[in-house]
Amino acid sequence: MRQYILRRLLIAVPSLLGISLVLFTVLALAPGDPFAELVTNPNVPPEVAAALRTKFGLDDPVYVRYLRWLAAMAQGDWGFSFVSRMNVDTLILQRLPTTLYVIGSAQILALLIAIPVGVFAATRPYSIFDQIANTLAFIGFSLPTFFTGLLFILVFSITLDWLPFVYTTDIKATGFRWVIEQVRQAIMPVMVLGLFQAASMTRFVRSAMLDVIRLDYVTTARAKGLGQARVIVKHAMRNAMIPVVTLVALQMPAVFGGAIVTEQIFRIPGIGSLLISSILSNDTPVVMAVTFVFACLVVLFNLIADVLYGWLDPRISFR
Amino acid sequence: MLDTELRTMINEVKDGRMDRRAFVQRMLAFGLTAPMATQILAVGGVAMAQSPAPYKPTKRGGGGPLKLLWWQGATLLNPHFATGTKDQDGSRLFYEPLASWDADGNLCPILAAEIPSIQNGGLAADGKSVTWKLKPGVKWHDGKPFTADDVVFNWEYARDPATAALTIGVYQDITVEKIDDLTVRVLFKNPTPFWADAFVAVVGCILPKHLFAEYKGAKSREAPNNLKPVGTGPYKFVEFKPGDLVRGEINPDYHMPNRPYFDTIEIKGGGDAVSAARAVIQTGEYDYAWNMQVEDEVLLRLEKGGKGKTVYSTGGDIEFIALNFTDPNTEIDGERSSIKTKHPLLSDPAVRKALALLVDRDGIQKHIYGRAGRTTANFLNGPEQFVSKNTKWEFSVEKAVQVLEEAGWKAGADGIREKDGKKLKLLYQTSINGPRQKTQAIVKQACRKAGIDIELKSVVASVFFSSDVANPDTYSKFYADIEMFQIPMTQPDPAQHMRRFHSRFVATKENKWQGRNFPRWVNQEFDAAIDAAEAETDPVKRAALYIKANDIMWQDTVTIAVQHRLKVGAAVNSLRPVLSGWTNDTDNIQDWYREA
Repeated sequence: MRQYILRRLLIAVPSLLGISLVLFTVLALAPGDPFAELVTNPNVPPEVAAALRTKFGLDDPVYVRYLRWLAAMAQGDWGFSFVSRMNVDTLILQRLPTTLYVIGSAQILALLIAIPVGVFAATRPYSIFDQIANTLAFIGFSLPTFFTGLLFILVFSITLDWLPFVYTTDIKATGFRWVIEQVRQAIMPVMVLGLFQAASMTRFVRSAMLDVIRLDYVTTARAKGLGQARVIVKHAMRNAMIPVVTLVALQMPAVFGGAIVTEQIFRIPGIGSLLISSILSNDTPVVMAVTFVFACLVVLFNLIADVLYGWLDPRISFR
Repeated sequence: MLDTELRTMINEVKDGRMDRRAFVQRMLAFGLTAPMATQILAVGGVAMAQSPAPYKPTKRGGGGPLKLLWWQGATLLNPHFATGTKDQDGSRLFYEPLASWDADGNLCPILAAEIPSIQNGGLAADGKSVTWKLKPGVKWHDGKPFTADDVVFNWEYARDPATAALTIGVYQDITVEKIDDLTVRVLFKNPTPFWADAFVAVVGCILPKHLFAEYKGAKSREAPNNLKPVGTGPYKFVEFKPGDLVRGEINPDYHMPNRPYFDTIEIKGGGDAVSAARAVIQTGEYDYAWNMQVEDEVLLRLEKGGKGKTVYSTGGDIEFIALNFTDPNTEIDGERSSIKTKHPLLSDPAVRKALALLVDRDGIQKHIYGRAGRTTANFLNGPEQFVSKNTKWEFSVEKAVQVLEEAGWKAGADGIREKDGKKLKLLYQTSINGPRQKTQAIVKQACRKAGIDIELKSVVASVFFSSDVANPDTYSKFYADIEMFQIPMTQPDPAQHMRRFHSRFVATKENKWQGRNFPRWVNQEFDAAIDAAEAETDPVKRAALYIKANDIMWQDTVTIAVQHRLKVGAAVNSLRPVLSGWTNDTDNIQDWYREA
């Protein structure tokens, strides 16, 4: 087991190198200029703009820039933001907690909805409950988050005036009120992200459960005279959850992707909105760092999924 | 005639026979408004009146929080490194210049004790120096006194190329010297009619010497205070998250009485303009939002029964179509749109005239820009004294047809006009932006009626406005026949705005397309007018020269003004923001207050 993880981690190194190379090349080939705004500003003489480009090494060939980036990265230096003139790692660390809070809550919400609904629907396939749950699930994962986000704002903020739609990181309250406010402002983004996740997960839980529930050992458990609840929870669900765990782990990167849009809509200062604003201002070091973090997450969660799978199902062996 | 009359009036004001207000009113009658009057009086030898904003609060603080929403958040808080208005706005809360611009284009003293004038000895008669007296007793947020040394240091800091300050253009050609602890003198190489650039408004924000002295030059980026401003401003720094939040609290030792009104201030960043408008106008979650690039129709709808309204300030920003005087389709020495070529179609003045007749400015205002735009024939639209009254514009397909017919452009079988085998087909480019694409469509339709075939092209803004030498789609390379965008006027003076069309600034491969004369228009008469204006210290003659330059551009149809654009903000009904079209939104933040 330990050997397996070690081997996988070693394999991850070349793939991350490859990813970084591709990312860097694409970013270098992409048009745009971090100092574009200076060009139309008559206060800034062209020589100054040119000097800045040289200072930040923008005029060097791509491979030189890549090697420089790689060397710095190896020493834990994430680079320097052109736009903010500060270190990229500080910028990312500042925003990571917010993203984790929102995404974490969304994922928990998704699980809390998907598992009970999926399991219950599977125990009564094609019943009215199942039909309704299925329909809602289809609607849920057909609607993109930017659409539901705007819809929620229109209904809950503008029409009903219940919830704020601008996320603030510095709530001016203490104790209990701070918690209330923190929850209130997170309700909409978490709902938008969570419901989207829950929709596809519900379908998955249901089918995984259906596969298991008809197996002989479940019938045996029932024949022993065990109660329905006990059979479902203790016997069927445990096995049905194995593929679900994998799915949750594998979907984590997709959740981060969905969060980019949601963060922009609700002005959540997470790494997703950092990515968007950096792309818009052509702040390549930040774009590079954030996309690289996403790439690492994909690789990492793939590994976690594989390891978890084997741990949950001992029939699978690591080789 | 205007000249003599003005002189008489200036003398009357000097002698006290006419009061300032009457003078300004007489100016209004001439169609020349307040900013002109005050500038004229300043150079004519009368002190600029310090027109205090009607500021009502009678004590400092007590106003609660002021919540501002910028849909692009500040990414850094050092005014000398600010890459855009968002950064300047954020740093302006904490740092202050010697003077700021008010809504009418007057200078208001901030850290200066008074505005320099000929009368108080601040302005040299030859226009080659300005002496600023500093307000005594001003303290930095950390308690250290503010002195002339700080002002001189900022000049040294910004002009050092190694610092890589973006304000270098303002400071590199001047000399600043300390006279005593509270007096500095700015010396110019040449007579400088527009002296209020260095140490004024956002580019003039002053950093404390005692915290930045060690970080001048190449070490500039390491200064810890780049992210933790310590200034003299009305608000003290509390917290900064790049791109997200700038937060400040009241400065109890602020140097202006009864100011500021608010106890805390924050600028939240991110999101988009429409939802920012909603958060202010519809739900009142925020007090003020900046740069409302939203269709007027949407804003009108939000304003109905809302909690806020839009506020407008007039500057000189111009949305216009530029015509290419060189041939974008012929390559000479590896360079398209080379100055050595002539445009096959647009070199005919009749075609340019016809195009100007085919831009329906009224329609564009009515359907696209609404209250945020004004129709104009001029490239130079402010301050008032520089605006030409000799020009006019018209939208008429018939006249355009007539002009083209007279010049020998006859309709071909496909309805497209041609002459000497050259068809009237033009490529029209702009950046991707809703209003611009709609304008393109309106112009294309009218041109089609007149027998001009227009092909539309739109380029992502980040490419269009970039200085990337390798990219063929930038506005300065201008590989198209006509193109449209906006040029903002960053100060109430036309020098920088008009200088760009001087023939020595033609964009070429040689200067890496950094030249600002991208239509590549060369006109001796225009060059002469600009050269003369830049050396002219007499404000009346100077204004006349800029009007002449504008008129030459209009006669030659170098640019077709599409819309004179106003700055749009959104404010909740109770807020009394002090805004100006000539400066950043936060340039007079100390005067903002709320009415119950």
